[in-house]
Amino acid sequence: MIELDNVAYSYGGDALLNDISFSLAPGSFHFLTGPSGSGKTTFLKLCYGALLPTEGDVRIFDHSAKDMGRDAVAYARRRIGVVHQDCKFLDHLPLNENIALPLSVSGQATPDQFANLQELMSWVGLVGRGEALPPELSGGERQRAALARALIMSPDVILADEPTGNVDWEMSQRLLRLLVELNKMGKTVMIATHDMALIRAAKALVSARVLRISNNTLQSAGVDL
Amino acid sequence: MKRILEFLSPLLHADAGADRVVPPSGFTVRLTVFTSAAMAFLTVFALALSLASGRLGQSWGDELARSSTIRISAPAGQMAAQTEAALKVLTQTPGVASARALSDEEQQALLEPWFGPGLPIDQLPVPQLIDISETAEGYDSDGLRLRLQAEAPGAVLDEHARWRKPLVAAAGRLKLLGWVSILLITATTGAMVTLAANASLAANAQVIEVLRLVGATDGYIASAFVRRYTLRVLVGAAVGTVAGFVAILLMPGGSDAGGFLTGLRFQGWHWLWPAVVPPLAAMVAFAATQAAARRVLGELA
Ligand SMILES: Nc1ncnc2c1ncn2[C@@H]1O[C@H](COP(=O)(O)OP(=O)(O)OP(=O)(O)O)[C@@H](O)[C@H]1O
Ligand SMILES: [Mg+2]
Repeated sequence: MIELDNVAYSYGGDALLNDISFSLAPGSFHFLTGPSGSGKTTFLKLCYGALLPTEGDVRIFDHSAKDMGRDAVAYARRRIGVVHQDCKFLDHLPLNENIALPLSVSGQATPDQFANLQELMSWVGLVGRGEALPPELSGGERQRAALARALIMSPDVILADEPTGNVDWEMSQRLLRLLVELNKMGKTVMIATHDMALIRAAKALVSARVLRISNNTLQSAGVDL
Repeated sequence: MKRILEFLSPLLHADAGADRVVPPSGFTVRLTVFTSAAMAFLTVFALALSLASGRLGQSWGDELARSSTIRISAPAGQMAAQTEAALKVLTQTPGVASARALSDEEQQALLEPWFGPGLPIDQLPVPQLIDISETAEGYDSDGLRLRLQAEAPGAVLDEHARWRKPLVAAAGRLKLLGWVSILLITATTGAMVTLAANASLAANAQVIEVLRLVGATDGYIASAFVRRYTLRVLVGAAVGTVAGFVAILLMPGGSDAGGFLTGLRFQGWHWLWPAVVPPLAAMVAFAATQAAARRVLGELA
């Protein structure tokens, strides 16, 4: 689905990421860990075409990111649900519309999808908050809303950057189960997180691989945590 | 055709959602509407001025082309000979299209308002008149005077309409200035919309970022801005045009005594001209916002 081939990336100075080769197989479940500032967010951005590699090539759904125009990237984004670490919304629109935004943007807003929206809201525990404006939400609510927005299009790939950073243990378990459930339905999932307990909990539910960014490159963390 | 449709697609898609993704901004809305109204008002005036100058120049020009006159005062015995000589000079003068001595009946008709009917013209020392039509280039009046002096000493060249020549030129210039003003107003409208759209795009960088994150194409994002500004300018220009139209309508019209000032009203089908202003303004706004959006979105990539 997404392949990185000898990728290096730098924000201008020394290379932040180096020599990364990786292939995101369909239906796989990955965790991405590493110290703060190691480049997890940067790695995910490379995966959904928000950044172009300074060296090597990223292939998104079999298209080289370098050759994709902005429109092609936009179309690819509709198949990749992204949960940003700093969940940004359109602050003037109520939560309902924010979560449904990917649908409006791709011209797919139909009543069917609206039923989807209600179901999704209950999954992430935001029932009754649909009319609230994003600035009125707590950090955890924002994160859950961002997850709901990432899932509304029923994307093939879900890239989540710290999706459980601001929620309590119980809610993080619930969100994890949601993602595992989606993975069992065939979605490809990658979660960047510091939360080792979350990873351990996931291992009981799904066969997840753990990747680790250290020394500017991607390593497999193996099974033992 | 396909490309035109693609280009216009931001206007054709009746997708209310796209408008809502950009937060409303009350103050700039009102400024944009006001400015386009003022611009449309000015355009209607410039239009009226230009069309009126055009008409004036035309009618003055027509009069000019028709008329100058030679008056021959000579003792009765020499009258025929001098008239003959003057006509001969005129046929040889470049710039004279035709020249014709008025008949006694015609001269009588001219004098009738002053002396009443039945004037015995052949018994009075009435000067003989020669009517001259000029070509477009006109003739050299000083040269003609010198030659007439030599050939027909009793002839006096009277260029009663010639003093209008500079006025005709001025009317032409005024017409041109009117059109230049309209061009400038159009360009200013474009610049104003570009500034407003640029500011709006810059202020909404986060909105654009979020839209891109969820898979919005540049076309979708641009259309949200384009539609908004096109509609604002259309509404403003419509209001300004109606105001300008009413102002012109209220100008007193018709009488010859007023000359230029009363001729400022539109005439005939020219009353339809102002209807062009709002769509023109909307087109300018559309193009300006489209260009601004494409540029900013390119830079933000
Ligand atoms: N836009 C940018 N311009 C310059 N440097 C940046 C930019 N974004 C990130 N960096 C730097 O790149 C490094 C990696 O950032 P990144 O956000 O990928 O780390 P991370 O692993 O996601 O960290 P965290 O766990 O804290 O979220 C950091 O040192 C950061 O300062
Ligand atoms: Mg990060």
